[in-house]
Amino acid sequence: MITATGVVKKYSEEVAIGPLDLTIPVGGITALVGPNGAGKSTLLTMIGRLLGMDEGTIEIAGYDVARTGSKDLAKIISILRQENHFVTRLTVRQLVGFGRFPHSRGRLTPADEEHISRAIDFLDLGELEGRYLDQLSGGQRQRAYVAMVLAQDTEYVLLDEPLNNLDMRHSVQMMQHLARAATELGRTIVIVLHDINFAGHYADRICAMKDGRVVAVGTPGEMMTDDVLTRVFDTEVEVVDGPRGRLAVYY
Amino acid sequence: MLAVLAAASGAGNLAYGNPMPVGSEGFWLIAEMRSTNLVVMLLVAFCQGIATVSFQTAANNRIITPSIMGFESLYRLVQTGAVFLLGAAGVVAVQGGLQFLLQVLLMVVFAALLYGWLLSGRFANLQIMLLIGIILGGGLGAVATFMQRLLSPSEFDVLTARLLGDVSNADAGYLPLAVPLVALAGGCLWLDARRLDVLALGREAAVNLGLDHRRETMKVLLLVSVLMAVSTALVGPLTFLGFLVAMLSYQLADTHDHRYVFPVAWLTGFVVLSGAYFVLRHLFYAEGSVGIIIEVVGGGFFLVHILRKGRL
Repeated sequence: MITATGVVKKYSEEVAIGPLDLTIPVGGITALVGPNGAGKSTLLTMIGRLLGMDEGTIEIAGYDVARTGSKDLAKIISILRQENHFVTRLTVRQLVGFGRFPHSRGRLTPADEEHISRAIDFLDLGELEGRYLDQLSGGQRQRAYVAMVLAQDTEYVLLDEPLNNLDMRHSVQMMQHLARAATELGRTIVIVLHDINFAGHYADRICAMKDGRVVAVGTPGEMMTDDVLTRVFDTEVEVVDGPRGRLAVYY
Repeated sequence: MLAVLAAASGAGNLAYGNPMPVGSEGFWLIAEMRSTNLVVMLLVAFCQGIATVSFQTAANNRIITPSIMGFESLYRLVQTGAVFLLGAAGVVAVQGGLQFLLQVLLMVVFAALLYGWLLSGRFANLQIMLLIGIILGGGLGAVATFMQRLLSPSEFDVLTARLLGDVSNADAGYLPLAVPLVALAGGCLWLDARRLDVLALGREAAVNLGLDHRRETMKVLLLVSVLMAVSTALVGPLTFLGFLVAMLSYQLADTHDHRYVFPVAWLTGFVVLSGAYFVLRHLFYAEGSVGIIIEVVGGGFFLVHILRKGRL
């Protein structure tokens, strides 16, 4: 379980995120949605200890993020940012291998190799594992990054807009992979999404943020309503019943 | 192959142009005298190669070199200051084991203060640190240049010889001090190689993998400053050597793994340095400055590389 209590991040006198209180239960996919600048990514990076907070506490599975050593946290939680650019030239397999660093400190054991192969297969990267990252398309590269955090074998996985820059097909594939990771591998996935319809279809819980605060939390059924979405996004949203669940129409 | 090249250029430096017949007593005497230079080259290649590779990893940038961080300007200032205050005798005053250690210490303290202040303060940003380092370096260099203006021509002449990076600047007497220092710093970096691999992924990926990014960066930068300080105090500034070596060794090693890149960088550094030295001595017959050749070749290589590849 991830618990945030009274979390505040001050960027300047006027701009601040929080105070935030949020509980994310174990299992399934939790989607963070909201307009630009709502603080979704900030919250995610604070949970993933990439960014320090000014007030409040965040606990992951009982460990205080600010006090627990980074080394120990790396076995519990993994985070993937939106922008990933590596100076080093790596193959897919080498990249995924880095996911094992928290466990093996860089000395890969046969068990590690097995984890790596499983993560690669899980994301259908088998044929690409020898390719360099700069030889891959955006969608393939994104899958390789996700394979790396899955190889890290943490109970909690945080992803910051993993669908960014992906086309329709790759977005759907990515969400299907993540849904499988949640059910088959039993991971707790927290994901920042921009497309509310993706959240409505794939997430188990939706957490809506606005102006640095959590304004609504609930199941897709509770959240996918005209009222809630219009209020969160400050845009006229109409929710219609589609063939595969509810769809938000806002065009 | 690199090892063969290194051995060849080393042997070339020892034997080529040796007036005595091979195997005679005189031959070995001359070779022995030259071997000091060779040891210095090995040491400098080690320092510059490994320091630059590590520095680029910590800075997450493949086109910078630690020498822009003000080491060379500081060295220049110390040397100039000595001549300025004490006259031509000053050059002698900054030679000797104790003075060597003091210079190294000064540079390391300078670096430690800079890194410590900038990486732990509210900026806590490597880019800002680099920028301030460059500006400080420029400032120190300007002070040194100003003092040089006030020197008499003969003093200036004496000083210039010290300011051009040259292997023959090195006093064999410094080696017993320099070797353990360098071995210690290099050894620490070697033991750190796996963490360096992770550090090279950038801050966010490194933190995600459980690395204490700030501590690791500080540690690497401090070790780098020891290596650079020893190298600079030993032979003077060699701006392009580190950069050239790091770039070449990444091309040659073609891996991200620091445990391979380090030895390749050392050997490459030695080949470049001793090759340049050999060319200078035996093709140009000038006992001049090896730094010039390296900087011409290094600068040219840098331009060609950037233009051809468009990325690093």
